[in-house]
Amino acid sequence: MKYVDEFRDGDTARALAGLIRAAVKPDVNYRLMEFCGGHTHAIFRFGVNDLMPENVSFIHGPGCPVCVLPAGRIESAIRLAEEEDVILCTYADLMRVPAGKHDSLHKAKARGADIRMIYSATDALAIARANPERQVVFFAIGFETTTPPTAAVLKIAKAMQLSNFTVFCNHVETPPAMMHILSAGEARIDGILGPSHVSAIIGSHAYAACCDTYRVPLVIAGFEPVDVIQSVLMLVRQINAGEARVENQYTRAVSEHGNQKAQALMAEVFEQRPIFEWRGLGSLPESAVQINSVYAAFDAEKRFAMQEISTADIKGCICPAVLRGMNNPDECKLFGTACTPEDPKGACMVSSEGACAAYYSYGRYRTAGAEQ
Amino acid sequence: MCLAVPARVESLDTAAATAMIDLDGIRKEVSTQLLDEVAVGDYVLVHVGFALERIDAVEAAKTLALFAELRARDADR
Repeated sequence: MKYVDEFRDGDTARALAGLIRAAVKPDVNYRLMEFCGGHTHAIFRFGVNDLMPENVSFIHGPGCPVCVLPAGRIESAIRLAEEEDVILCTYADLMRVPAGKHDSLHKAKARGADIRMIYSATDALAIARANPERQVVFFAIGFETTTPPTAAVLKIAKAMQLSNFTVFCNHVETPPAMMHILSAGEARIDGILGPSHVSAIIGSHAYAACCDTYRVPLVIAGFEPVDVIQSVLMLVRQINAGEARVENQYTRAVSEHGNQKAQALMAEVFEQRPIFEWRGLGSLPESAVQINSVYAAFDAEKRFAMQEISTADIKGCICPAVLRGMNNPDECKLFGTACTPEDPKGACMVSSEGACAAYYSYGRYRTAGAEQ
Repeated sequence: MCLAVPARVESLDTAAATAMIDLDGIRKEVSTQLLDEVAVGDYVLVHVGFALERIDAVEAAKTLALFAELRARDADR
C-alpha cells in the first residue's frame, strides 16, 4: 500500500536504529513518552523496542480515548439505552469497556438494549433518519482526530432539523492532558513523541506552550515504525543538544496550523467544557469540549437531563498509574491472569491500542523470557 | 482510535461532499466535508468515514529521500 509499505521497510528501520545507537550518550537515560496509543501499538507490533539501545525507553501515555473514559460515563450511556429506550450508537471499541458492577455496553446489549456498533458518525445519522419514531443517541468519544466528524454530523442534523438525534459528547483534548502529565511530574519524561492525526487537525504549533513551559522536546511522529524510529533519533539529538523544541517528522500530513476547516467546524459546534473527569488523570479543567448553546437541542446530556455518575475502578487494576506513565502493564497483578483481552478488567486491556493490550499481544513472552 | 489510513481518491461528488476512495482494492464512500481542496488521484487520510487531510506528496518524497540519505550515512559509519 502506498504511503504505508515504504514507512515499514525493515532495512531503513535497522539503519536508523544504528544511527540512534551511535548518537546516544552512554551516561544518559532517554525516557520518551509516546502520548498516543497508536504509537504504543506500532512500537510493540513492529518490535521498535528491540531495536533501541538499553538507555532509550518508552513510557506509554494516556492517548487512548477508550482508556481514559471513566466508567461512570459508560454507566450513563447504559442507563440511557435501558431506561430511556433509545437506540445507542457507538464505535466498537467501547462495547466491552468495563463499567461499574462488571457491566458493559456489550452485556447491556445482550440483555436487550438497542445498542449498535457503527463505523462512522454518519452511520448514526442514517440510523436516526431510518427510525423517526425512536430517539437515537450517538455516544461520541475521541481526541481531536475524531471530534471534527462528530461536529460535521451535528451540523447536518441541525440543517435537517432532525428531532430524534442527539450526541452524548465525550471528546477530549490532547494538549491539556500532556500539560497535566508534565506538571504532575510523576513520570520522568525527557522527550515526547507527539500524536500523528491529532496533530493533522490541531497543527504543530499547538504544543509550543508545552515545550516552553516544561523544557521538554516534542517530535510529531507518523504512526508507521520507520516514522517512529526517525522521530526517536530527532528526540535523541534534541536531548543531547539540550533543546526543547517542537519538531515535525510527519510533514506529509501535519502542518504548522493544522486543518483549519476542521478547526472552524469544531468551533462552530463545541465550546470548552469547564472540567472533565479522565480515568487515571482525575478531573482536569478545560480538557474537553461540550456541545454549545446553538446546538443544545442535539445535546443528549441536556435532552435526557443526564446526571454525572461516579464509579470506582476495579480493585487491583493499575490502569490509572499506567495511563500516567508511572507503571508498565506487566507490573499489574491482574495482567495476563484475571485481565486478558478476552475478559478485560481494565480499559487499557480492552482497546487494541491500550498499553496493556499491546503488552499482552506482542510483549508478554519476551518480558517473561528476560526474567528467567 | 486515532488511526487513519491513506487511500487514493477515485472520484468525487462535490455536491454531496463525498469521495469514492480505493483502499488497497476496497472501494468506499467517505465524506470530504473536512477538506478545502481535494482532487481525483490525491491520497487522503481516512478516519471514521471522513477524509481528515490530504497527504502532501512532495513532503512524503522528502521524507523518503531523507531515509535514503540516513541509510547511506549508517552504511558509512
